Order: sequence, then C-alpha cells, then structure tokens
Amino acid sequence: MGTRDCKHITASSSPSIGEAGRTGDWRVKHPEINNDICTPAKTGKPSCFICWSFCPDAVMTKTVPLTIDLEYCKGCGICAQECPTGAITMVDDDRGFSHTC
Amino acid sequence: MNENAKNKPVKQTTNDVAIMTANHAAAYAAKLAEVQVISAYPITPQSPVVEKLMEYVGSGEMKAEFVTVESEHSAITVCIAASAVGARVFTASCANGLALMHEMLHWAAGTRLPIVMAIPNRAVAAPWNILNDQQDSISQRDTGWMQIYCRNNQEVMDTVIQAFKIAEEVYIPIMVCYDGYVLSHTLMPVDVPDGAKVKSFLPEYVPHTVLDPQNPRNINPVTLADPRINAEGTLCHGYYEIRYLLQEAHTRAIEVTQKVGREFGKLFGREYGIIDTYRCENAKLVALSMGSVASEAMDAVDMLRDEGYDIGVMHLRLYRPFPAAEIAEAVRSIGCRGLAVMEKNTSYGYEGVLCSDTKAALFDHRVDVFAHSYVMGLGGRDVKVQDITEALKKSYEYLDKPRQEQFKTQEWINCKI
Amino acid sequence: MNKKTTPLTLIEKEYALPGNRACVGCGLAIAYRHGLKALGDDVILTVPASCLTVLQGMYPVSSMLVPCLNTAFETTAASATGIKAALRALGRNTTTVVGWAGDGGTADIGIQALSGAAERNEDFIYVCYDNEAYMNTGTQKSGSTPMGARTTTTIGGKLQHKKDMAQIMSAHNIPYVVTVSPSYPMDLHDKFKKAKDISGTRYIHILIPCPPGWGYDPQYTVQIGRMAIECGMFDLYEVENGAFSFYGPSKKIAEKGDRKPVEEYIRAQSRFKGIDQATIDELQKWVDSKWETYRQLGYCNQ
Repeated sequence: MGTRDCKHITASSSPSIGEAGRTGDWRVKHPEINNDICTPAKTGKPSCFICWSFCPDAVMTKTVPLTIDLEYCKGCGICAQECPTGAITMVDDDRGFSHTC
Repeated sequence: MNENAKNKPVKQTTNDVAIMTANHAAAYAAKLAEVQVISAYPITPQSPVVEKLMEYVGSGEMKAEFVTVESEHSAITVCIAASAVGARVFTASCANGLALMHEMLHWAAGTRLPIVMAIPNRAVAAPWNILNDQQDSISQRDTGWMQIYCRNNQEVMDTVIQAFKIAEEVYIPIMVCYDGYVLSHTLMPVDVPDGAKVKSFLPEYVPHTVLDPQNPRNINPVTLADPRINAEGTLCHGYYEIRYLLQEAHTRAIEVTQKVGREFGKLFGREYGIIDTYRCENAKLVALSMGSVASEAMDAVDMLRDEGYDIGVMHLRLYRPFPAAEIAEAVRSIGCRGLAVMEKNTSYGYEGVLCSDTKAALFDHRVDVFAHSYVMGLGGRDVKVQDITEALKKSYEYLDKPRQEQFKTQEWINCKI
Repeated sequence: MNKKTTPLTLIEKEYALPGNRACVGCGLAIAYRHGLKALGDDVILTVPASCLTVLQGMYPVSSMLVPCLNTAFETTAASATGIKAALRALGRNTTTVVGWAGDGGTADIGIQALSGAAERNEDFIYVCYDNEAYMNTGTQKSGSTPMGARTTTTIGGKLQHKKDMAQIMSAHNIPYVVTVSPSYPMDLHDKFKKAKDISGTRYIHILIPCPPGWGYDPQYTVQIGRMAIECGMFDLYEVENGAFSFYGPSKKIAEKGDRKPVEEYIRAQSRFKGIDQATIDELQKWVDSKWETYRQLGYCNQ
C-alpha cells in the first residue's frame, strides 16, 4: 500500500483540527472560569467575550456559559490575564488526566 | 530519428512565411499559444522577446496579463504563482538572469507547473559577456525542467508551441533553448503556423491542483521525510515520493515529446523527434551536438564527406529528460566507432555535460565507442566550420587505434591561450 | 462609516483551526485569527518561509480554512502578484489576494519584491507580521529588530535601530498603509475589513509579541503589545491615499502627549536583558525623535 493512491503530484494539504496533535498536552496549567464572576455566565446574556476574542488557539466557545476545549487549549493564560473581572484562574493540570471544563 | 537534409526547403503548410529572428519566433509562438500571463525581466539578448510580446499586448493582438517585474527572481515567481492558479504562462531569460531564477526553477519543477521559458543562450558572468554559449541553461540541468535545444528559427517557433502541449501533459516546466545572437538576432525564413490550427493543437490548460476558496488547500507547505496520513485517512507522500513522481514524469516525457512531435507533423507538416541525424549512413565518426553547432557541423560534414571522410552529424534535440536508450540505440544502429561531442558548455572540473551524459548512456547499453569532449564557443568565441572540421579530423585519427588508446582528454577548440 | 466591531458582533466562524503548531501564547495566532475573520472566504493567501508556514501545518494536513500558496522566502509580493494576474486573466475578479510574511521576509530578503510590487500598485493586501527577528529559525536578527535586543546574531544587543517598514511603504504612495496590533483585535479586524475593499497595494504592519523570542511569560502577550504602543515604540495609524491619521491609543497619545517612558516596556522582556542605560536612552531618543517628526508633520493635530 503506497502513497500513490493519494493522487497528489505536488504537496497539497487539506484542513483539519489538531494538525499538531493533541496540543492540550503542551500545557501545565489550564484555565477555569468562575461562572459566578464571568459576566455572560452571571447575567445569562451574551456579553463581554473578551477572553474568547483573545484566545490565540480559538478553543473557547462564544456561548453562555463559555466552554474551553481542553483537548487543544495550550494553557497560555492570556484569557486569565485579560479577563476584566478576574473570572478566570490558571489551575495546575493533573498529569495524565484530561477533563473538560 | 529524423534524417533532415539541410538544404531541403522548409515544407510550407500556409503561404505565411515571415523573415524573423528566433526571439521574434519565440514571442510569436507564445502569442499563438494564447498565453495568459507573461512576466519577464529584460536581459541581453532576450529583451526583444519581451518587447515583442509587449507590442502584441499593447496593440490588443494578444490578451495577456503582462507583469513588468523588478527582477528575474520575481519574474519566475509570478509565473509560478499564476500557473498554480491555472493560467498558461510564458517567460524568457538567459545568462545571469536565468541564474538568478535558480531557486525558483527547483520550485516550479517541484510544484509540477507547465511553465514554458524561452532561453536565448548566453554566457554567464564572471566576467561579463553578452554573447552565446550554453552554460546558462546547462547549469540548470538538475532542477527538474525539461530542456529542448533548437538548431534554427523554425525549430524555435515550432518547439515553443509544442512545449506547451508537452508541459501541460506531463506537468513539467520546459526550457526552449536557442543560441543567443546566432539565432536570437539572426533573420531566417519561418513558416508561421496558423493560429486557429495552433488553438486546436493545444487543449486548454487544466491545473492539477486548484486554489479554490470553496475547497481550501495549502499548497507546498513543509513536507516531512516520511509519508503521513491526512485528515481523510489517506496515506500521503513524503518529500521523497513527490520528487519520485517528478522523475517518473520525466521518464514518460521522452515518449510524450515524440508523440507531440508526430502530432505537430501531422497538423503542420513538420515532424519533430528527439534525435536528428545528417549523413550518418556508414559514418565511422559522428559529431554530436545540441543547438546551432549542429547546423554548423552539417556544413563541416559536407566538406569532409567530399574529402572522403565517413562522418555524420547527430543533433540531440531533447536534452532533459536525457533519452539515454534512444541515443545508445541510434549510435549502435549507425555503427560508428566514435563520437566527437561538441558543446558550448563544460562542467568545470570535468568535461562537457553532453559528452558525460552520452558516455554514461553508451556504457549502460553496452555500446562501446569512444566519445571525445570538445568545448567550443564559450563567451561567443566564433565557431567556424574549419574549427569543426579540424576537430573532426583529429578524432577521426583515433578510429584505428586500439580501444584502450582511443581516449582523449577534453579539448577547448580555438582557444588562444 | 461602519460601526466598530466588538467581541459580541464579531463572526464566530474560525478560519484558523485549533490544535495547530503556534507557540503557547503566540501573538501571530491572535492576529491571524482575526485577520482571517475579516477577510472571509473568498481569499487566496500566499505565505513565505516564516512562523506562519509552520502554523499552517505540514503536508498533508493544514490548519486553516482558506486556500494558500506557499512560496519562497523572498517572494511573497511576487507570488501575490502572480496569483492576482492569473485571477484577472481567468476572469475571477472577486477573490482577495493576501500575502502574509514575517519581518524577515518583508524588511530584509523580501523587500525587493515588495517594493517592486508596490511601485506597480499591484492589487493585493500585504501583511507583515513583525515579531522583530527571524523567529521561525530560532531568533536571529532581522532589519526589524530593535536596538538593544539580543538575538543569536546580535549577542550583546543589536547596535542599530529597526527599519520603519510602515513609513517605507508609505513612501511608495500606495493607497493604504496601516499598523495594527493583536492587543487591539477589534481594530485589527476592522482595518483588515477596510483594506479588503480598497484596490491596489495595501500594506498592513502588525507588531507581534513573541513569548520565546522576546522573553516573557506567554500570558502577557496582549499586555506587552499594549505596552509597546503606550510608550510609542509602536504606533497605530493609517495612511490612506497619503493622508495620515492615528487611531486607538496612539491617537490619545497624539492628543494628550501622555506617552509612557520606554524603560518599563524594555525591562519586561528578557531579550533586553543586560541592556545598559545608554542604550535605553538611545531607544527613548529614537521614540522621542519619531514623535517629534509626527508633530512637525502635523500628524498630532488630526
């Protein structure tokens, strides 16, 4: 089974999430949103979303409440740093376990 | 193999015979091929190609996007990008300009783009020299481009047209080479093919990969050494396999070049092959060359035949891919005992490349004849018929030597050192 | 005049897919994400050797939902030219062509092709994402590296000031030059959208904070970008058909003159570690001189 079946004659890629693998494995801390402080979560209305706008990896959803895809979140901490209400804290990852927000 | 008697009149399929230079013929052929994007940077002796095309575009005779870039590196890049998007493209360069393109020549071949480039061969600096030799295109030999060498202006006109068809079938870029000044600036009668016939001869260019916002793909990203599975679960190439496909296409291109040459003959009355011979019947020695030297050698051979020498001329039209089996077979069937390989290039530190490539082919196919390497004409040093006859006579003396004494080191003809 | 985009009104579609090779906290990832949102579906990108090449993925998997033609390091503007020429020849007139090159591929090896294309007023958007060194190859200096910054090829700190590419491009008299920042992503988005509707050569210069290259914790990427603007090391402005105007925080600085000293910004990054006071003073003088020129040209009174 060779590569000829891909029918490419030049290098031509198609898109996919996770091109670099499970980039969630890169991090040592992950963000946790306190929904009692987070403005949209607290008010139940779409608002703020500043963290969503700054996420370099687009792993947050623009929903009420927001969710974070920990498969791919690299744990940069920009969301926590930029949240205007201090609703996000960076929490140490448990090594070897994955969990969703 | 085509046996072209040099004095046979060019067979005319139309009454449209023009007196033109090879530069003009190349530009005219690009016009007939209805190229869509042209990008070129002027360099002597190529500038008239660019200027002629600009005339056609300016007058409305030709509908093409003409980009007057600021260097040859950008010229070839514009062609690459435009060809990748799906336009038929054309450019021209030579000498230092061609050298400046070098990086992107690899790029074009690796992207499998059917770019056609006309090259009025000129010496490469240093020192500066604007006159003819073939070192410029020969130096690009290993980039993966096809190379065809023309003997006269008719061949330039016809070959540029065929080049689009060949390139677009095998997806390999192609250089159409002709000697600077000797052909580029010399007026010859050229039968001008009919535009409608050329249009029917050349199908529409279909790019192999499409840049389509509806189906977004990333072309030429970093490619790993090993195969990798894509998002759809298909095992895709490593760099190695992509390059292998280029080599495979080159191998196929020999037959495609011959096929296209035959098809051209049927439609336009002039058939083209990959090797041309002249007066090789019973030849004991054959002069092998590419380009206008082969034309010159025909005059030399006429004189020598009159003097009783059994010498013929072989012109190699297709240099890359190198038709090793075909050359070996041609030499074997002629039955000659030696070759005098005459070329306007050398691989410094060794010898003329046509000589090396030919010897390797002969060796592989067990055709045991000698091949002497003659370098000539670098930097526009005149190659006179008598230079050729002298060289041929010299090699002729080796015919009766024992096989192990038939080797002669590379000789630079008409060097005044 | 269009209303300014907010996170609330910004489209949700992501063109840059998660799980890509961008570094943790990469400033380019933020800028690219919002630039692509503004550009929309009908684009063709061209990208030279640079961080973005890697971010966009290795064959045969890509990380973005836009078509892209990769090209050689120095050729972005020529590649964009060729794409556009072919689109015109083929009658495909709606597609926006966008080159995204780093500072190396713009200010250094790529400047010839860019200058030539700008002189011809080629119809594409050229984005220079400026992380102030050759970051993709391990942080060697570029013409865009600021004075005093350490890189692997400016061991004791760079001795010369950085090239002002936005001003160089402005001198080409192209229809639109703008500087943007991932620290102000809504402005970045809106400037990209504006550029999309202009014909001719458009140049967008983005200052990209880079955690590994500049030496700071990734969580501060947005903050560092802000600090650069607040002390005048980087300025937010547009030059539209030759008319200069500040926007955002730079506009406030122009009006109020409350530019912070450069020292705090410098000391926040370990690429400036070991910088001496004389060099800090030089940098401050460079910024002061730049702003004095703005003032003399009347830019501060828009």
